[in-house]
Amino acid sequence: MPKVNIRRLTPVARLCVGFVLALVAVGAGADELNMTRGVTEISRSIFDLHMYIFWICVVIGIIVFGAMFWSLIHHRKSAGVTPAKFHESTKLEIAWTLVPTLILIAIAWPATQVLVAMYDTGGEDMTVEVRGYQWKWQYKYLDEDYNSTFYFFSNLATPQEEIRGQAEKGEFYLLDVDEPLRIPTNRKVRFLITAEDVIHAWWVPEFGIKRDAVPGILNDLWTIVPEPGIYRGQCTELCGKDHGFMPIVVHAMPEDEYDAWYAERLAAEEERKRALSKTFTEEELMAEGEAVYATYCASCHMPNGMGVPPVFPALDGSPIATGPREAHLDVIVNGVYGTAMQAFGEQLDAAQIAAVTHYERHAWGNDADDVTQPKDVIEFMSSQQ
Amino acid sequence: MSEVVEAGHATHDDHHDHGPDKGLARWLFTTNHKDIGTLYLWFSFTMFLIGGVLALVIRAELFQPGLQFVNPEFFNQMTTNHGLIMVFGAIMPAFVGLANWLVPMMVGAPDMALPRMNNLSFWILPFAFAMLISTLFMEAGGPNFGWTFYAPLSTTYAPETVTYFIFGVHLMGASSIMGSINIIATILNMRAPGMTLMKMPLFVWTWLITAYLLLAVMPVLAGAVTMMLFDIHFGTSFFNAAGGGDPVMFQHIFWFFGHPEVYIMILPAFGVVSQIIPTFSRKPLFGYDSMVYATASIAFLSFIVWAHHMFTVGMPLAGQLFFMYATMLIAVPTGVKVFNWVSTMWQGAMTFETPMLFAIAFVILFTIGGFSGLMLAITPADYQYHDTYFVVAHFHYVLVPGALFSIIAAVYYWLPKWCGRMYDESLGKLHFWLSFIGVNVTFFPQHFSGLAGMPRRIPDYALQFADFNMLSSIGAFIFGFSQVFFLYVVIKAIRSGKPATDRVWEGAHGLEWTLPSPAPYHSFTHPPKITDAEAHS
Ligand code: HEC
Ligand SMILES: [Cu+2]
Ligand SMILES: [Cu+2]
Repeated sequence: MPKVNIRRLTPVARLCVGFVLALVAVGAGADELNMTRGVTEISRSIFDLHMYIFWICVVIGIIVFGAMFWSLIHHRKSAGVTPAKFHESTKLEIAWTLVPTLILIAIAWPATQVLVAMYDTGGEDMTVEVRGYQWKWQYKYLDEDYNSTFYFFSNLATPQEEIRGQAEKGEFYLLDVDEPLRIPTNRKVRFLITAEDVIHAWWVPEFGIKRDAVPGILNDLWTIVPEPGIYRGQCTELCGKDHGFMPIVVHAMPEDEYDAWYAERLAAEEERKRALSKTFTEEELMAEGEAVYATYCASCHMPNGMGVPPVFPALDGSPIATGPREAHLDVIVNGVYGTAMQAFGEQLDAAQIAAVTHYERHAWGNDADDVTQPKDVIEFMSSQQ
Repeated sequence: MSEVVEAGHATHDDHHDHGPDKGLARWLFTTNHKDIGTLYLWFSFTMFLIGGVLALVIRAELFQPGLQFVNPEFFNQMTTNHGLIMVFGAIMPAFVGLANWLVPMMVGAPDMALPRMNNLSFWILPFAFAMLISTLFMEAGGPNFGWTFYAPLSTTYAPETVTYFIFGVHLMGASSIMGSINIIATILNMRAPGMTLMKMPLFVWTWLITAYLLLAVMPVLAGAVTMMLFDIHFGTSFFNAAGGGDPVMFQHIFWFFGHPEVYIMILPAFGVVSQIIPTFSRKPLFGYDSMVYATASIAFLSFIVWAHHMFTVGMPLAGQLFFMYATMLIAVPTGVKVFNWVSTMWQGAMTFETPMLFAIAFVILFTIGGFSGLMLAITPADYQYHDTYFVVAHFHYVLVPGALFSIIAAVYYWLPKWCGRMYDESLGKLHFWLSFIGVNVTFFPQHFSGLAGMPRRIPDYALQFADFNMLSSIGAFIFGFSQVFFLYVVIKAIRSGKPATDRVWEGAHGLEWTLPSPAPYHSFTHPPKITDAEAHS
């Protein structure tokens, strides 16, 4: 049988040194190697907990691997030893059942405290409903009676060209949205998390909060952000094709700035409601429609309207997009149950639906001879009820 | 079809040795535990290569940020099928193959207790996997909802091919159930006189317990996919919230199967390592009894920890605490095992042949996977780790240098007994070092990308994760190609290795080593005498 000399072991030893150095780097808190400490009390206590367990593991590791490597070096046949005969020791075995149990209790205790603190819901200053959609987030600001005051969608803002390597990737590649969630600092914000279609998960690492967004279930979550800033996260539950492309961006604003923004947003909401009774020119409809299409439809039907057959049909030349308008509106407003085509009637307002419908009927090679106005959409929707 | 006896052979031998059939019929109709073991092992290796290719597609796409090679839809099919193929096609059948080869030899039996069912349980598998893999070539694409196939992504929103997947899983389940019944029947009924339960080799013990786990949870998996089938085709709403169902219930059912499943993949690995370390330490296994009890406790605990995969679904506080404490408890019996292995090496007279190298790497790297497992058990911290690459790093540490290394170690260790020839020791060592480096370069950086916040199952990622991913991808290709090298080492040994002795290893104990190398077609036609030297080694 071939002998093993000490030089054979040096690669192991070297790798181990590498490992230990890497671990120490984590321990020393090299930021990009470790869990984020975050900005909230909760995220910091999670971080402390993480480091505490990490060091316990390191110590156990040093003891166990130390004993093992000692043995690997000194108890080799080539070192001329004769093997011992022992094969049990009740005392030792009891010791290494009891000691780990005690260590576990020492871990469980602080972990329980942090968990209990996290479950301290209630007493919130405001509530936002977070709803996961394939593949974007909807944020709905609720009043004291949990009625919606206004809502908007937060979509990936990274252009396709950056993803496809046709343009240089920006600093916040894949972590940028068209409109972030805005919350005030220093107030207790409660999130009601749910989903429209499949399960998603809403995670902001710097707040130390993550919760699954499950259709049919409202989960709750809260945070108090002490420092203004922009915080980024991602969906963390596989939710289909663009799971990797639905980031979360939260803009925590100083309280007065937030209040001003909120008031402005409420006023804009009133304005928007008035727009529903307006009549637009074809140019206005095409421009608005193109914007809506790019944000809400292009991920599946592609910017050029060609789709990704067979799953996502082409709209260019599609019988629906060029045929009777009723059917076209029906697909957009009600979606197609059991497919990725969602019911946009709840996501877009009549003006947006009118614009995107008009756009689809006139863009690319499509050339319908009608004009779709918000009132047509409202009419269609009320004819359904 | 062992009735075919060569002429002239039958007359002079009353306990004549049935030789194998010739050609394809031997493999199709075989009821011999060694033939079936061989089939399982080659099947598993084939699946391992296919699953490996899928993994390399994933790693190639993740080499750099941006979408380079595949689109997200296809990427999801890759991650899903990689997981399914590796778990159900590579790791599990490999262990069943090892059980087939080794359990009869280790307990002093001529063959498995239920040879015809043994044939069936193997031959179901190629059909199950042909069906699963064929979906990748269908227009609608293969399963793309993750190997955990959470509803409603896997029901209402699944590609049409999901029905093939469901049927495939049913077949795999049937195969596993038959396989485990067979193993239990063999171990309980076919032991040679004197081979009491507490004298059985640890590999046999761990498989006995694993087989019970399989029996308990494969039907649960079958239940889960059947409910999916009904939701998809027969208008029920088990998991459809719009119809009054509950998507979270799917996860409870899945993980009630899924957590024991991870022990199904690791307990036999514990058994393998517990055979190999004493041999090359030339010292009996330390704490045999506590090894058996630890295995049984792990198996028991595995039934009451499932929701640690679901800490973020929104369970009440009491539930979170229960599952956190129960999960942490698993560290105790697992720790006992690691301590016992180290104590077995302690004051031994070790040599470092390839099986031993893989076994030592197993102990170290599995323990690292255990540490990250302990960290994941801590609910508040899990909020930050859950569904990130930290989890990916964790389960690959326990499954690759864990389960897989133990299988490779087993192959090197018992191959001389199986085919009567030695592998080339320097090639084996080279294979070990390539694998060891490859596995760590692949998976160690994933701890960091996970902690830095990279979610799993994404085809593209933010720029701060780029370095770690590049490193991971390089490691994956090293690891992948070193497994092709493994194939070469094994084939070379089978074809032209030096003849092996019966005992093969200086420190080997156990009934299998009392048989000639290669082992005769029917292992023990007369029950062997159990001596102290050959019992629980
Ligand atoms: C998540 C992917 C997805 C998004 C986003 C999406 N669609 Fe669809 N769409 C589909 C799918 C899938 C179908 C096919 C449904 C079916 O099987 O009938 C479809 C079908 C259609 C059709 C009918 C086409 C035909 O020829 O059958 C129209 C019109 C349409 N979508 C419009 C839109 C508009 C307008 C938007 C944006 C407001 C949009 N879609 C966004 C996935 C999507
Ligand atoms: Cu997602
Ligand atoms: Cu588990």
